[in-house]
Order: sequence, then C-alpha cells, then structure tokens
Amino acid sequence: MIFVCAGFAGCTSPQSALDPAGTEAETVATLFWVMLVGAILIWLAVIGLSVFATRIRPKAYGETAGLRLIVWGGCVFPVVVLTALLVWGLQMMPPMRAEANGPTIAVSGERFWWRVAYGVEGEPGVSKTLPEGGTPSANEIWLPAGQRTELLLGSPDVIHSLWVPSIAGKMDAIPGRVNRLVVEPTKPGVYNGVCAEFCGDAHAQMALRVVVVPADEYEAYVARQGAPASVETGNAGFRAFMQNGCDACHAVRGTGAAGEVGPDLTHLASRRTIAAATLPMSRDNLAEFIGFTHRVKPGVQMPSYGMLAEEEIAAIAGWLETLQ
Amino acid sequence: MATGNKTRDTLWTLIAAPTIWAVHFALSYGSVAYGCAPNENVFADIGGFRIFVGGLTVVALVGIGFIFARALGEWRGNGGRMPHDEDTAAVRERFLEFSTVLLAGLSFIAVIYTALPVALMADCR
Ligand code: HEC
Ligand SMILES: [Cu+2]
Repeated sequence: MIFVCAGFAGCTSPQSALDPAGTEAETVATLFWVMLVGAILIWLAVIGLSVFATRIRPKAYGETAGLRLIVWGGCVFPVVVLTALLVWGLQMMPPMRAEANGPTIAVSGERFWWRVAYGVEGEPGVSKTLPEGGTPSANEIWLPAGQRTELLLGSPDVIHSLWVPSIAGKMDAIPGRVNRLVVEPTKPGVYNGVCAEFCGDAHAQMALRVVVVPADEYEAYVARQGAPASVETGNAGFRAFMQNGCDACHAVRGTGAAGEVGPDLTHLASRRTIAAATLPMSRDNLAEFIGFTHRVKPGVQMPSYGMLAEEEIAAIAGWLETLQ
Repeated sequence: MATGNKTRDTLWTLIAAPTIWAVHFALSYGSVAYGCAPNENVFADIGGFRIFVGGLTVVALVGIGFIFARALGEWRGNGGRMPHDEDTAAVRERFLEFSTVLLAGLSFIAVIYTALPVALMADCR
C-alpha cells in the first residue's frame, strides 16, 4: 500500500497529465485509464492462458484448438477492440477542437523563452506570422477558468512545442506557420508547462507557468500588464540598466527602454519565475542570472554581465525587483 | 494450371486487394487534404469530400469483397486445407489463393479504418 501511494504521489502535481485541470487533459486521462485497464486485462488473459496450457493442463492441443485461438484471439478480438477504440477516440476530437469563446493569446516560442501577447486579433485560416500587438508579457500565461481560450502558436527560429500537461495536449510552435490550440482550464491554480520539442542548448530550461484564475481576475491582470511600469528612474539601478545596454533588448514600458529581442520586463517582478521558469523570482536570483547568465542557462541570446561590479549588478537587480 | 477452376493465381492477383487499399488511402487523404488546404474556415463543412470518400470506400470494399470471395471459393474448391508445403503447382496455387484471402481480409478492415475519420468528422478541424 505504501508503495502504491509512493508510486502515485507523482500523479497530483502541477505538471501531470494524470491530474487534469482542463477539459482536454480530462479526455486524455480518461482514455489513458481505460486503455491501461484494458491492457492489464489482456495481459492477465495472455499470461493466464500460457499458465493454463503449460502448468494447469499441460498436454498437446489439437490443430482446431490452435486455429480457433488464432481466429478469435488473433483476428476477431483485436479488430473489435481496435474498431471500438478508433470510433471512441475519433468522436472525442471535434469537441476538443471546438471554437473558442474566450480571449485570444499569441504565444511565440523563442530560444529559450516564451513571448506572450494577450488580446490579439487572430486571422482566419493558417497565417504565416503571429498577429502583432496585444499586451506583451513573457514566460507566464494567465488563463480565465471555464472559458475556451485560443492560443496562437508561432516561432521566429526553430520548432518548439507548448505542453501544459494538466490542461491540454501539446501543440508545436513552427516557424512560418501559426498553429491554434484551444484550451479550457477548469480548476484555478498554478501549473507548469514545458517546451516539448528539442530546440537547442537550453531546451530543458524552456518552461513556463500557467496561472488559471476566475474570468474577472484575468481581465484585471491583463489590464495591469498593459499599464506602463510605475517605477523610479532616478536611481543607480535604472542608470546602470540603461548604460549597459539592457534596453537594446528589453522593453520597460514608460521608461524609454524599448528593446524587442528579449522578454518585456515592464512587470517582471509580478511573475513567479525568471528566465522561463529556470529560477524563482528573487533579487538574488536576478543578480545571479545577470552576472552568470550562461552558467545559469547555457545558450541564451543574452550576454553574461560578469564584468560588471557586484554593486552595479545588485543595483540593477534591486531596481528590476521593483517592476511590479 | 489451376486444378479445375477459374483464375490462375499469381503475385498480381495476390496484391490486388492491398493495391485497392493503397489507392483508396491515397485518394481519401489526398482529396480531403486538398479540400482543407486553403483552410480559410476550419469549421466549414466538407460534405462533398465526405461523400466522395464514402463512394470511394463502397467501390473499394466491393472490389476487395469480390477478390476475397473469389480466392476463398477457389481455395475451398482446391481442397481448402493447410499446410501448403508441397513442391507442386497445385499447392502453389492453393497457397496463393489462401494468402489472397488473408490479404483481402486485412485490406477490407484497413479501408474501413481509413474512411472512419470522415464518417465521424464533418469539417477540417
Ligand atoms: C542581446 C540582447 C540582450 C541584452 C543586451 C540583455 N538581455 Fe536580458 N534577456 C535577453 C534574452 C533573449 C532573454 C531570455 C533568456 C531566456 O530565458 O532564454 C533575457 C532574459 C532576461 C531576464 C529574465 C526575464 C524573464 O522574463 O524571465 C532578465 C531579468 C534580464 N534578461 C535582464 C537583463 C539585464 C539586466 C540586462 C543588462 C545588464 C540584459 N538583460 C541585457 C536578451 C538580452
Ligand atoms: Cu523550445
């Protein structure tokens, strides 16, 4: 019993397809359990039969008995089971791809982080590039519970794949193409997502958080993300940020920093993690990421700023921490 | 060389049923992919293509059914027994007929499985 519990402890987690918190994940989990039970029954029958034929009644069985076993067990039974599974699986698919009734969010997989834009206008058909505009954010996707949100997935570099096991199956983010994934989270909570298609050095560190909240909270969150940063710009931290060229790649709306290469940092400190869920958000971790970028996360586009004085990095990290 | 009855079986008659399966597969997937290619509206019905695949499926199943029935009848007529391990033309014939029966059965099921998706899905999603 203890072993069973230990074995199943992994099932209740923010990143488990066996602990579904979305309609698509529920469908997948049901399918999994039914097939698991079916597989166990078939296994028991096969093993039982071989024990019967070799231990319980070991004797030479006639040709007709063997033929009957092949026809019924090897042809009729598999055809019936596979047909039933195929029909059952196929009729699950249309509702999974049903139209969205909630917001549209653009998610771009970029080595090795997720660019997010809330409230974009999706175009009909398959477009080549993600729509422009929307409220920018990164590495954390908020979703309204009980609504069907449309995620538009794209990429400027290589193929990535967005997978939030608790909520839905995975969908590739492919350069030159926009894929659609409609998700319907049912339980508020914080879930983990990952990049599920190998994309380079830091692929394993390309994760994200998905925060599911009631619809009104979602609206309020997006409104907050859309507002410019309310932050001091007269201090040493901000000056160091601008002097060292961080603004070439990062935007902090309302301060003049308008880079577009890396994540939008306007509300960085409101996120739970930094660098695509590589480290928890904290002043120390910010300083570590700035000073030892490639040690923390090899392969990222951002240069390591190890040459800066420790106080300067601390000042930048302190300033970044106020970007609520 | 066939002992008494109808068609002389060869490797061509053997692969006739799987060939129908292959052609049906290519035309089904090709036509629906063509119908969905512009993808302006994934929710629009593709009724015409579903009817096309349906008709194609009926034709394929009738063809495979005919091959199945012929090969089974001739195999039975030639004794309808296993094994097929003698070094004679008659046994070779019987062996080819039996293999044709099995392949036709497989192709029949495969054609149905190929067509099932458009039976259950009405649009390009
Ligand atoms: C060449 C462009 C570039 C420059 C210059 C740059 N960064 Fe970055 N930065 C990036 C990229 C790209 C990422 C995303 C890395 C990842 O997680 O894969 C990033 C990530 C970050 C993050 C984590 C953001 C998040 O949402 O988790 C912080 C914080 C950060 N940079 C701070 C800085 C600071 C401070 C400087 C200046 C000292 C700086 N960056 C300079 C490109 C740049
Ligand atoms: Cu990736």
